Amino acid sequence: MTANLRRRKLFSRVFEILCALAVVVALIPLAMILFYVIKEGAGALNWDFFTKMPKPVGETGGGMANAIVGTLILIGIAALFAIPVGGICGVHLAEYPETKFSSAVRFAADVLNGVPSIVVGIFAYGLVVLPVKRFSALAGGVALGFLMIPIVVRTTEELLRLVPGGLREGALALGATRSRAVFSVIVPAALPGILTGILVALARVAGETAPLLFTALGNRFWSTSLTQPIASLTVQVYTYAQSPYDDWHRQAWAGAFLLVMIILILSIAARLAVRRLERMNRP
Amino acid sequence: MNDIQTESKISVRNFDFFYGPSKVLHDISLEIPAQKVTALIGPSGCGKSTFIRSINRMNDIIPEAKGTGTIMIDGKDVYAGDTDVVELRRKVGMVFQKSNPFPKSIYDNVAYGLKIGGMRNKRQLDEIIERSLTRAALWHEVKDRLHDSAMALSGGQQQRLCIARALAVDPEIVLMDEPASALDPIATSKIEELIYELKDNYTIVIVTHNMQQAARVSDRTAFFMLGRLVEYADTNAIFMNPKEKMTEDYVTGRFG
Repeated sequence: MTANLRRRKLFSRVFEILCALAVVVALIPLAMILFYVIKEGAGALNWDFFTKMPKPVGETGGGMANAIVGTLILIGIAALFAIPVGGICGVHLAEYPETKFSSAVRFAADVLNGVPSIVVGIFAYGLVVLPVKRFSALAGGVALGFLMIPIVVRTTEELLRLVPGGLREGALALGATRSRAVFSVIVPAALPGILTGILVALARVAGETAPLLFTALGNRFWSTSLTQPIASLTVQVYTYAQSPYDDWHRQAWAGAFLLVMIILILSIAARLAVRRLERMNRP
Repeated sequence: MNDIQTESKISVRNFDFFYGPSKVLHDISLEIPAQKVTALIGPSGCGKSTFIRSINRMNDIIPEAKGTGTIMIDGKDVYAGDTDVVELRRKVGMVFQKSNPFPKSIYDNVAYGLKIGGMRNKRQLDEIIERSLTRAALWHEVKDRLHDSAMALSGGQQQRLCIARALAVDPEIVLMDEPASALDPIATSKIEELIYELKDNYTIVIVTHNMQQAARVSDRTAFFMLGRLVEYADTNAIFMNPKEKMTEDYVTGRFG
């Protein structure tokens, strides 16, 4: 083995080790967060947490039932709003990929993706809260919806483009009009992946706090009304964590743990869905 | 010869085709007879796929693609302003080189053309689906699993499914663009048998780069080269007694 070869091999080995170290360093924060959250939160998670309402200030016990339901309602509203808008937008971008309009829309989606979530919250505040002078679940859902839209648009567009062109030709050759071909063959073919993308987007907005602070606000009591302020897991954790009460701190950890679990479950579900659907579409 | 007098199913006169500025088909004129198999042969890139796709206007979806001249089916110009492209494509079915079953069930694949045509009656659909799958020599293999995914079928079965799907809408003409080129020899011979049986009921135009296949299944053969129609005659004549030297060179394998 020549000296040159030996040097190159050493160099390669050193780099491999550095890359592995970099991965470890990158994973450390994640590991630490998970460790802390599980350590502090898993113990505090009990049946009461899921079923009881928050107790009055100062009293111990109670749970976050209203906040859990609130988060579900909020992401439901966001989905109802973002999926049709983002989906149709994605279809357009995939069907007319080269026009100036499409480039502009794509750029706009990317910009919206980068807007700080608190700014989106303020926007929703101006749009939905100010005109009627009240905080509401609807406003919170709208804010989260805006955050979801760019993700849905990009995922939908990318997945539609991955559908083999032969399917479109097959549909057209059977006498389908262009829009019929798109909605009856191409979109269904991409649907599994699109649904997965939606799950991921939902996981993302479920964890948002800032945009809810002045839209949905928060609520100590049970409410499922769209026109009233509503509690959410994230805001509740924020409120409890800042309080001086130990019991509330304990519950905040439990809330954080639950949030992490929700996101973990949604992500795993998305992964499994992708794998199952890949198997169906390609034997 | 009587078949020159009878009206051809597809009549092509002075057809040119352009991809943007480049001309890929030059002054093609030929008459394709009804209920026979007409094969288009020629080396890669000679324009035979472009030509066959012009018949059912599949080239419309390519931007910058344009055809001039006339292609008439039953005496009606395919490129006329008042032609209903959707109706044209129902009348002229197409099977592609790479089979393209939809990721739906076998039943839904065959039913697709019917459903978009508005057919809702389940009994009618069932009947036509059975008939189409039988005509495509696939019924016995799939009759117990019509609602399974079409993607689980083998390559040869998928191609026969695509044929069944095309036949379901009861076309008069079936265009086949190298239908067996992606298949193994056994699947290929099944497809060839199928083509032979289908010609009683349909006019078939098949593009193939496999000369033996053209010789086996077709009645008439057209030899294309560099976008021009070099020779068009009865299959026997083209292979045994070609008039043009280029044709002779091609069919004897001197190039291609």
